[in-house]
Amino acid sequence: MFDLLKRTESAVKRSKETWFGKIAHVFDRNTIEEKTWEELEELLILADVGVETTSKLLDKVKQRMKKEKLTQPLPVKAALKEEMLNLLNISQFRPPTAPCHPFIILVVGVNGSGKTTSIAKLAYSYTSQGKRVILAAADTFRAAAIEQLQYWGKEVGAQVIAHKHSGDPGAVVFDAIQAAYSRQAQMVIIDTAGRLHTKFNLMEELKKIKKVAAKLDASAPHEVLLVIDATTGQNGLTQAKYFTQAVGVTDIFLSKLDSTAKGGIVFAICDEVGIPIAYIGTGEKLSDMAPFDAKIFVNAILP
Amino acid sequence: MLEILTQKLTSVFDKLKGKGKLSEGDVDEALRQVRLALLEADVNFKVVKELLSRVRGRALAAEVLNSLTPAQQVIKIVNEELIAILGGERSHLVGASMLAPTVQPSSMVLVVGLQGSGKTTTAVKLAVQLKQEGQSPLLVAADTRRPAAIEQLKLLGEQRNIPVYFDTLAQNENKVMPVSICLRALKKAKELASSWVIVDTQGRLHIDEAMMAELAEMKSTLQPSEVLLTVDAMTGQEAVKIAQEFHSRIGLTGLILTKMDGDARGGAALSIRFITGVPIKFLGTGEKVDALEPFYPDRLASRILGMGDILSFIERAEKNISPEQAKKWEKKVRTAGFDLEDFMDQIRQVRKMGPLGQLIETLALKQVQGYPYLSGDEGEKRLKKVEAIILSMTYEERHNPTIIDGSRRRRIARGSGTAPQDVNQLLNQFYEMRKLTKSLTRGKLPKNIMNMLAGGWHQSK
Repeated sequence: MFDLLKRTESAVKRSKETWFGKIAHVFDRNTIEEKTWEELEELLILADVGVETTSKLLDKVKQRMKKEKLTQPLPVKAALKEEMLNLLNISQFRPPTAPCHPFIILVVGVNGSGKTTSIAKLAYSYTSQGKRVILAAADTFRAAAIEQLQYWGKEVGAQVIAHKHSGDPGAVVFDAIQAAYSRQAQMVIIDTAGRLHTKFNLMEELKKIKKVAAKLDASAPHEVLLVIDATTGQNGLTQAKYFTQAVGVTDIFLSKLDSTAKGGIVFAICDEVGIPIAYIGTGEKLSDMAPFDAKIFVNAILP
Repeated sequence: MLEILTQKLTSVFDKLKGKGKLSEGDVDEALRQVRLALLEADVNFKVVKELLSRVRGRALAAEVLNSLTPAQQVIKIVNEELIAILGGERSHLVGASMLAPTVQPSSMVLVVGLQGSGKTTTAVKLAVQLKQEGQSPLLVAADTRRPAAIEQLKLLGEQRNIPVYFDTLAQNENKVMPVSICLRALKKAKELASSWVIVDTQGRLHIDEAMMAELAEMKSTLQPSEVLLTVDAMTGQEAVKIAQEFHSRIGLTGLILTKMDGDARGGAALSIRFITGVPIKFLGTGEKVDALEPFYPDRLASRILGMGDILSFIERAEKNISPEQAKKWEKKVRTAGFDLEDFMDQIRQVRKMGPLGQLIETLALKQVQGYPYLSGDEGEKRLKKVEAIILSMTYEERHNPTIIDGSRRRRIARGSGTAPQDVNQLLNQFYEMRKLTKSLTRGKLPKNIMNMLAGGWHQSK
């Protein structure tokens, strides 16, 4: 737990030192003025929280100020923190209670969001728990995507089921799950091709991949993980909406949080789409992953 | 979703009708809408602030206040300012060979950027384009870190018959310095007499000290004629900082905005251009290796404002419809010989331009008043249906639809798996469209198609 805290903190530390750090300074004043609100708005928007969500957050805090008769900066800051937390605190993704053999995770996202690396990290965390993991190389579109997954499979000790480049991704998924049955693997993680959420045909293909998994196990996939790059702006919300519409995203992997980006779009995603953030990616190493903890996240942002 | 800005602004100004004169407060109210649009497009907060103060100055300088259509005036001013920032004209790659042919045999392009911003794909796209222009490019795989990055470049190069230089050692261990790979690549380029050397570099974070130092060293040793930063069109507020860091450390010569085929409005590009002054050179508009388009400031400005990119649409239409075909149709329209066969032809051409959903996105039609919302999915289905109906008609019926009576209608419906009402609807649409096209004096094609689409949508509700 301590390790997790440290990792999340160091991941957002850089952000804290830059934009978000300023939020803390905003409250260094003695009173709350009109300027305070303007500065808060600026800081939240610069963190990609978005205009709408920002005004929603600030309106709530203003209302509470009136109702609870808050005048001092510190209680107002606490109220803001609470409201930010409230947005993120939606029921966490819970894996099905009945045992699934194997547990099947479908990983989706736009191009370059970090799907393959995130899958490697996930697989690594499972193999280090002693679980047998099978990776399905269902990105048959991008050149060398299969090779990339195979490299990671070797690194983390997971078997990779792959077909030829430009083959049918559904068939790969079918074979991977079959292989998991015969080898008694506990986990199957499906790597899909990156696709922009506005491409109709590619989203249809994704639906088909999901159907193939369900054919073998009616409850599969047990988790549909959407990978979102933390540097993404307002488009992240549309991504979450479209992917959820197509394949029912269950949770989010927020990747590349080790940059100066704050990933503020997750507030809007949690609020409007209602999908919880499950993991954060904090670097290029296999161990650079942590479960998302809303409290640590907000606390690290607003110390 | 964001409504089209014009509409919002119009409603702002509508409220003020009868007031005779607009006050400063009225203009500010309008600018609030503009601000919202820009922020939703991921234009940097500080850039928005600066931009709006410019717009406000001009708007107040009587330009708007005395105008009969103040909404349009504000849009016009904002648009002009955006275009001014984005740069007045298109930029091209600058090669050493063009500047001083004898100094250096091949010009080098470094493609740099964050992880996942699209460097490898963009490098190949640049090479493909140069090759099409008669140049001889050499691709260099200098990303020794990401697993299978070299493999990816090799495969893509092979597909297009473009030579790829890679270091066999680098494939096994990432100890090889990218700079030495590039130096060897330059030798190879001499051997092959390549006019351009395009280097795919590792993805790196702008705050990764060691990686940025490595890039700075590459730049000073290799002296490339272009250092291009690839920026994901979906990037948020952070774009400015990323570009600033890359620019101050290594000096960029241009930007390539990638993944523009999605629905991101690309406000990041505006911010970067505004803050760093680095010109935007190309847009990446698809996963295929020839999906690289020149950059037009006016089009991106419209897109950022959510006004749709009609010019790009027209260009795509022109690319997909041959001039002979267009002339044939034009003649037919003018001689009133335009029949259902031609109608079907046009539908097929429209579908060739890509999935309908993408076209709708491109045109931002969803946001235009009077067009009932239609997803690409539904649109696609409707077009298929129309095709099926026409295919179920006899030759006679297609050329002379007036002969279609109740009995024929039922037969056609049965044959195409539709209802007689659908057949009726299609015929009405066709007559409507024939009227429209006839009224076009010179029968310009893109307009033609858009009318047809519009006609279809109006009647779908």
